[in-house]
Amino acid sequence: MKYVDEFRDGELARNISANIAREADSKRNYRLMEFCGGHTHAISRYGIADLLPSNVRMIHGPGCPVCVLPIGRVDQAIRLAREHGVILCTYADTVRVPASDNLSLMRAKANGADVRMIYSTQDALKAARDNPGREVVFLAIGFETTTPPTAVAIKQAAAEGLKNFSILCDHVLTPAAMHAILAVEGGVEIDGFVGPAHVSTVIGSKPYEPFADDYGKPVVIAGFEPLDVMQAILMLVRQINDGRAAVENEFTRAVTREGNLKAQELVAEVFELRDMFEWRGLGSVPNSALKLRSRYAAFDAELKFKVDYVAVPDNKACECAAILRGQKRPQECKIFGTVCTPENPVGSCMVSSEGACAAHYSYGRFREAA
Amino acid sequence: MNTVKPNYTRALDIKHGRVDMSHGSGGRAMAQLITELFSSAFDNEYLAQGNDGATLPHADGHLVMATDSHVVSPLFFAGGDIGCLSVHGTINDVAVMGAKPLYLSASFILEEGYPLADLKRIVDSMAQAARDAGVPIVTGDTKVVEQGKGDGVFITTTGVGVVRDGIHLSGDLAQPGDKILLSGSIGDHGMAILSQREGLTFSAPIVSDTAALHGLISVMLDSGAKLRVLRDPTRGGLATTLNEIAKQSGVGMMLHESAIAVNQPVEAACEFLGLDPLYVANEGKLIAICAPEDAARLLEVMRAHPLGGAASIIGEVQEDAHGFVQMTTKLGGRRVVDWLAGEQLPRIC
Repeated sequence: MKYVDEFRDGELARNISANIAREADSKRNYRLMEFCGGHTHAISRYGIADLLPSNVRMIHGPGCPVCVLPIGRVDQAIRLAREHGVILCTYADTVRVPASDNLSLMRAKANGADVRMIYSTQDALKAARDNPGREVVFLAIGFETTTPPTAVAIKQAAAEGLKNFSILCDHVLTPAAMHAILAVEGGVEIDGFVGPAHVSTVIGSKPYEPFADDYGKPVVIAGFEPLDVMQAILMLVRQINDGRAAVENEFTRAVTREGNLKAQELVAEVFELRDMFEWRGLGSVPNSALKLRSRYAAFDAELKFKVDYVAVPDNKACECAAILRGQKRPQECKIFGTVCTPENPVGSCMVSSEGACAAHYSYGRFREAA
Repeated sequence: MNTVKPNYTRALDIKHGRVDMSHGSGGRAMAQLITELFSSAFDNEYLAQGNDGATLPHADGHLVMATDSHVVSPLFFAGGDIGCLSVHGTINDVAVMGAKPLYLSASFILEEGYPLADLKRIVDSMAQAARDAGVPIVTGDTKVVEQGKGDGVFITTTGVGVVRDGIHLSGDLAQPGDKILLSGSIGDHGMAILSQREGLTFSAPIVSDTAALHGLISVMLDSGAKLRVLRDPTRGGLATTLNEIAKQSGVGMMLHESAIAVNQPVEAACEFLGLDPLYVANEGKLIAICAPEDAARLLEVMRAHPLGGAASIIGEVQEDAHGFVQMTTKLGGRRVVDWLAGEQLPRIC
């Protein structure tokens, strides 16, 4: 497949692998966090760990939208669907995230709630137009990649005067989460970040500069293809060897320093920062998420239906929180692969194929067996 | 003078008519639907017996029986429809047991209000598929459910076949060292369906691979290669079917990604939706596991058949207490190819 196969080429991968092995200093460790679930997935699916020397270790970050969604947020959506009888639309994996009372949106659907999996915010708008007698709520989740389409939908709904459409806004911000990880007390040692791909196409590379300048952590923005990831790892190894900390861009075919200004303007017009947002794993993080501006309050499902957020603690045995902070690896969780499996996820990291646990379970668990 | 013709029944209005509850009531309307739509299309001597069941001739060998319900949506898709699919699916289930498929039954659940014209297209497609395969539909049943309680048409087909002496295929016979062969590209059927589902706003030139595989299987059996397992990787795709075999046989497997063919539009559509073609359904492909010394010969026979032109050896069976199906990636790494967990859902970003 043109423009994709080039970034999955086995021979090039072996070259980069050889360079990493040659240049990585055997007397030290390289602990690199890939922030995004997209990278976690690529690393696992293509077996990239097999192409890295043992002293270059990838730590999975929290950049998986459904993984960082706390139980209380899913509960809110379920309450809307069950108690308010709305048509609840959301993206893919979100329907499988475990919530309170042994429910998930998928199970709520099986119990009669009207939950619909959609591919685009346009589908949610269409549901609202097609069902004028019913309320349609879009559970809007995701990092900066999925936020602009939500902004577009809100503006369209406002322009059309759609009265039966609203969103439950769980859009979150990448740089805030990276700050939170570095601020974790007794936190994980990280020597550098593989920076987000799609998120960076929107926000640009500039927002990562404080991580290099203030925290002294190298950041290399990388695409989601396996060769992108490997090249970024090599670039990080070089920065670390040189004692440098800079924001470098491997994904130049899509990312600029400034990012997509039009998308940024659109988001700024529709959304504003939330003072506080609870993340799974990272706890309450100030200025880390978005809510609708008061001008668009009519589209805010939290206000419209008065469904307050109620914090719910994670399952005690579940290590998702430590895994999302990069402090534990999936296989270090007692219930990994036994009680908690992709069929019956206890924690959110076992839900999405971008989640650290699901990726390791589905693609990498032969390593423990060996 | 009375001009009314005795015994005259107005013909079924196939062009404009719709299924109604009377078509499932057991009365005259049902009899008419069966005669004018089903019997005339499926026409064969066993069906013509007109009884509640078909009396079939004596057959030599062990009997194999398989059944399959079809609830595909949309009912018509690029490369086929629920009609031919329901014939191919069951023929394949019988054939991968090493049997020669002989007869089919067909049971219809129709939704009130479904257009007769569309039903006729489906029935004609079934009849054509059965004729092409040389496997007659010898008995059937029709039920009608109220509007909103079905999805247009559901079809269950059951097939009977006969295995000749000396052939024994089973999912528990794979042995370490055996080769794993695949008859062609994967993911075509599933992506043809998915790309036509409502709500997806892209179109792709992807055609379902739905086909009856008993012809291909027959030449494979005749080749004399020591076949251990044959299976068609339908729902859950190649990955799920191989995991089933690994579990049944208590073995592991090592696949090679570069040997597994995926048509470019299928690959692109999967990429677009965040799906893995290894888990996407096929309706005209088979997996064969055979003794290593016979793999090359079997491959040659498969490639000489129109439905096996793109066949390849995709991996080996190996000893593994954990029963892992693994794969060497094109990139040079290794991964587990796990069971499909739940439904394959697109990823978010």
